[in-house]
Amino acid sequence: MSIRHGIAGFVIRRLLLGLVTLWITSVIIFAATQALPGDAARSILGRSATPESLEALRQQLGLDKPVLTQYWEWISGVLTGDLGTSLANSLPVTEVLSDRLVYSLFLMVLAAVISVPLGILLGAVSASRRDSAFDQTTSVATLGLAALPEFVVGITLVVLFSTTVFQWLPGVAVTEPGVGPWHYPKELILPVVVLVIAVVPYTARIMRASTVEILESDFVEMARLKGLPERRVLWRHAVPNALAPTFQVTALNLAYLAGGIVVVEAVFNYQGVGLLLVDSVRGRDMPVVQAVALLIAALYVVLNLLADLATILVSPRLRTSLS
Amino acid sequence: MSTAPHALEVVDLRVELEYGEHEDIVDGISFRVAAGEVLGLVGESGSGKTTVGLAVLGHTRRGARVARGEVRVEGRDILTLPPLERQRLRGRLVSYVPQDPASALSPAMRIGGQLEETLSEHGFGASDAERRARIVEVLAEVLLPSDETFLRRYPHQLSGGQQQRVALAMAFANRPRVIVLDEPTTGLDVTTQAHVLETVRALCATHGVAAVYVSHDLAVVATLAMRVAVMYGGRLSEVGPTGTLFRLAAHPYTRRLVEAIPELSGKHALASIPGTAPRPGHRPAGCFFAPRCAYALEACTVAPPPLESVAADHVVRCIRHADVMKDAAAARPAATARAEIADEDALITVREVDAWYGVRHVLHGVELVIRPRECLALVGESGSGKTTLARCIAGLHTAYSGAISYRGQPLERGARARDANARREIQYVFQSPYNSLNPRKTIGQIVNQPLRHFFSLGGSEARRRVVEVLDTVQLSSTVLDRYPHQLSGGERQRAAIARALIANPQLLVCDEVTSALDVSVQAAIIDVLADLQRELDIGLLFVTHNLALIRTLSQEVAVMSEGRIVERGLVDHVLDRPQAEYTRKLLSDTPSLEAALAASG
Amino acid sequence: MSDLALGEPIEVDLETKPGRPWRLLFSTAWGQHRTKIGLGITLLIVGVALIGPLLAPYSPDQGVEGQLPFASPSSDAWFGTDDLGRDVLSRFLSGGVSVLILAGLSTAIGIVLGVAVGLTAAYSRGKLDDLLMRGMDVLLSLPQIVFALVLAATVGPELWLLVLAVGLTTMPRAARVTRGAAVEVVEKDFVRAAEAIGIPRRRILFSEVLPNITSPLIVETSLRMTFNVAVVAGLSFLGFGLQPPAADWGLMINENRNGLAIQPWPVLLPVIAIALLTIGTSLIGDGISRAAIGIERGRGGRE
Repeated sequence: MSIRHGIAGFVIRRLLLGLVTLWITSVIIFAATQALPGDAARSILGRSATPESLEALRQQLGLDKPVLTQYWEWISGVLTGDLGTSLANSLPVTEVLSDRLVYSLFLMVLAAVISVPLGILLGAVSASRRDSAFDQTTSVATLGLAALPEFVVGITLVVLFSTTVFQWLPGVAVTEPGVGPWHYPKELILPVVVLVIAVVPYTARIMRASTVEILESDFVEMARLKGLPERRVLWRHAVPNALAPTFQVTALNLAYLAGGIVVVEAVFNYQGVGLLLVDSVRGRDMPVVQAVALLIAALYVVLNLLADLATILVSPRLRTSLS
Repeated sequence: MSTAPHALEVVDLRVELEYGEHEDIVDGISFRVAAGEVLGLVGESGSGKTTVGLAVLGHTRRGARVARGEVRVEGRDILTLPPLERQRLRGRLVSYVPQDPASALSPAMRIGGQLEETLSEHGFGASDAERRARIVEVLAEVLLPSDETFLRRYPHQLSGGQQQRVALAMAFANRPRVIVLDEPTTGLDVTTQAHVLETVRALCATHGVAAVYVSHDLAVVATLAMRVAVMYGGRLSEVGPTGTLFRLAAHPYTRRLVEAIPELSGKHALASIPGTAPRPGHRPAGCFFAPRCAYALEACTVAPPPLESVAADHVVRCIRHADVMKDAAAARPAATARAEIADEDALITVREVDAWYGVRHVLHGVELVIRPRECLALVGESGSGKTTLARCIAGLHTAYSGAISYRGQPLERGARARDANARREIQYVFQSPYNSLNPRKTIGQIVNQPLRHFFSLGGSEARRRVVEVLDTVQLSSTVLDRYPHQLSGGERQRAAIARALIANPQLLVCDEVTSALDVSVQAAIIDVLADLQRELDIGLLFVTHNLALIRTLSQEVAVMSEGRIVERGLVDHVLDRPQAEYTRKLLSDTPSLEAALAASG
Repeated sequence: MSDLALGEPIEVDLETKPGRPWRLLFSTAWGQHRTKIGLGITLLIVGVALIGPLLAPYSPDQGVEGQLPFASPSSDAWFGTDDLGRDVLSRFLSGGVSVLILAGLSTAIGIVLGVAVGLTAAYSRGKLDDLLMRGMDVLLSLPQIVFALVLAATVGPELWLLVLAVGLTTMPRAARVTRGAAVEVVEKDFVRAAEAIGIPRRRILFSEVLPNITSPLIVETSLRMTFNVAVVAGLSFLGFGLQPPAADWGLMINENRNGLAIQPWPVLLPVIAIALLTIGTSLIGDGISRAAIGIERGRGGRE
């Protein structure tokens, strides 16, 4: 019982820390989009804007009020679920976001569900067959793939599978609003593959490295000297101890996936949050830009929290020291 | 009886590197251990003793392989078995007790689970209940509880002694015939060590298990083993009964090793062995010990000496064993007298010092006086607070209350707050020379640093001083342009002492300066310190856990336990007539070669 | 995140190698195929980017006479023409400098700032350490590209802004690696020894700590360069880097994407170049990383 209490306390502390992070990020986002010196209204409407339209936009954005008031109105709106109104189509930002969010989350979750176990498996097996042909091939492949930018991978796949070489899969995801992404399995394949290629190498490499380190540790040698079969040594003694660092890195990588998703959605014209961000930046749709940025920061905080939890679950030392 | 196979018989074993030129790690290893017998396998770091220990289980470290030889367990050569069968024998027929149980027990598995898998993976017992009964039984044998709460613990929730007992229980669980113990008591405090050794002895005797006890600690081996095998440079240099071997060594190396062991009585001078042990790939032709050996002849450097029998059950690899044995009967040089303590004003006075590490209260009301030109030994086990006290004095630990004064002037807390003179005159030498020298600087740069800082000295004058100081610690000027990793451990520690000396200190604080070094090197460092004290009139605060070291060096001793000084006085008084209960216990639990030999014959 | 750099350490025999730390590191790194290949690839692309503009057969901004947009390769235009009928080869040869300069500049800014923050945090400990690293965490909560986009939304696609955004987001990552490596060094007794005789803090940081973390920093620099090439090119690809009619690899991909089915070259050439550049720099990083860990082990093995 006391253990549970300890873990709850730890989670609450981490959660608070995450909220503080998120709050400061909101200040940064706000400062970058609204409080930066210069006239936001003019930069949105351009040089040719009439004084009347400028004034109207300033009022709509609340630019005529003191900066602190502006921030307060924005953040209290965020807290009550009111993200403002999109300048592009005068719809509430929440409404603009909701459909897009489903698309992006579906893509990300799908990519994560495939790539995290795959990466862990690949890393563990590479480590257990250290220096074998399999290990060396995986090592070179993951190193190369990890280095490639998402748009390079995306466009290469488009060239290979949708335009120049084969024409098997759609290179552009033509979807209808209001229809869930799961209705477009063919359109999903290439974007998911790009994201999997972006995540698997990292997970595999960190898993391999930490498993190799664990395999060299005294307790693994001891398990071997106890006469345990190699399979049990690997999966029961080595892998559980190699998971903790892997979780931490994987969480960060999934969070960066939010950056990758911007590019991937742009490559495939996939109607998610990332594409929305790109379009909104181009159209200077500040309320939407602010909302999407904050959402991505929140994703980072949540993923880190999940990684911390997973780490506690696989490390008895942490678990018991918290009680 | 004589026709029955030995429990363990190793014949002409060779383990070599798997790649490159296949240099050998160990070669020509042959020995036998009878059931119920404990063989001590001793050697310094790099001698190959652990490699031999592992090979007894048919195991080699990554990058090494068994190239030749037999390991017969009850007559059956386990090295010729297919890997899978060999694996099945490990932990069942031959088992292993690791050096550091804290890192050798699986951190993410409960104690009960680790014991259970040791049994079930070897098919021990027909049912869970039977295995459960065996776990209870074997835990009782190693004096551990076996209730559910204990079995559900994780390794990190046990004390060091308990962890080692769990490792012992795992090793004995399947009722093996042979057991390899790899320095199992390193890192335990002496009282726990004494208890664990007693348990090992009892278990091997009652169950008739043949044990190979791998250790660098001759005193421990002398207490426990009936026979001893000495390794040097990957070869067995001598194997024989414990008493004979230590009293009447036939190999010069064994003899020098015995003479390098500090003894509580302090009757004899500590001898060091010049030079360093050769590593694989850098071994000379002929006898590997020849370059460091006083007995070496022309013939010794030509061909490796054969293993010869000098008595029943006593073999040696030295062509001059007869001369060595003759000399062994001669008296050892007596210890040189220590300098007298001058009755002068205190150099350092410590008054009512309490210190903390975070919230942990580690020193309680410590009082201490160090006089000029004296060597005060500060003795205690790990965690007693001795290093914290030394660090407070040197200004490296600031979280303390009370007063420390230097020549009657109160010292600020923390080196930075002190004046340059105090910083210069109190110098500190750290425990591990692997850690205290910047790997990115040459020895010349390192030793020169205080010179530049305190005296703004540079150029040829600085160089002259550096060379001079290096000479004081018996390092040649060739090390000037070398990096720390190009030096041996002993050389690095001398360089660290040189760095302290170049500041012209009045007090040298030496924190366990020999504990990271091999015993044959230790004596040389002690010699250097003794010379400094005698010839340069430097006061020493000598912090150590090894009681046997202090008689050679110190006039006074303070014994610490749990943050308090429990006894203080002249070394001879404290060691011969200890007053405090703690000191008495420490003295009786400290393994001693002298005592073991006296008891055995 | 030096996880990309987690390589198998190579065996180093310190006996036969030069003692000087730098020479040791580079000669060990050079001894591996991957370092040579990585350096070869990187130099090739850097060479194309730097010398390319001089070799371009046409002006990158002007159309090739008599050629339609998206024309296939011919003797006049070896790789055909782009969406506006300009020579693909000329635009490719002229379009690499911008990626190199922008990525290099932002990496340099990020590494310098990050090292300063990381070193300060590691050595100060306590509250300042917490404060600095929490601050870095906040910056980490936005992916590099998102951070740059948010700034671009306000100010517009300015190049100085791009460098600033990518540099600022490189900083927390470099700071983490620096602090991680430095914390271990700060714990070592040779730092205590310098403190005990009163060497000034700044000198300790620069002459005791910094030289001992150069290997992870070099690895981190090559890694950040790899990623920043991706971010910079990615931003150009999204239309927030160089603006038309400039010749730039990312922009080329963006402009010619719609013609991929008829004329893939204006997209493929820059894609291949960027791929090679990132693979090259990451191979170099991996080679150095393996060498560094190998040397560390070789040293440790002596104890």
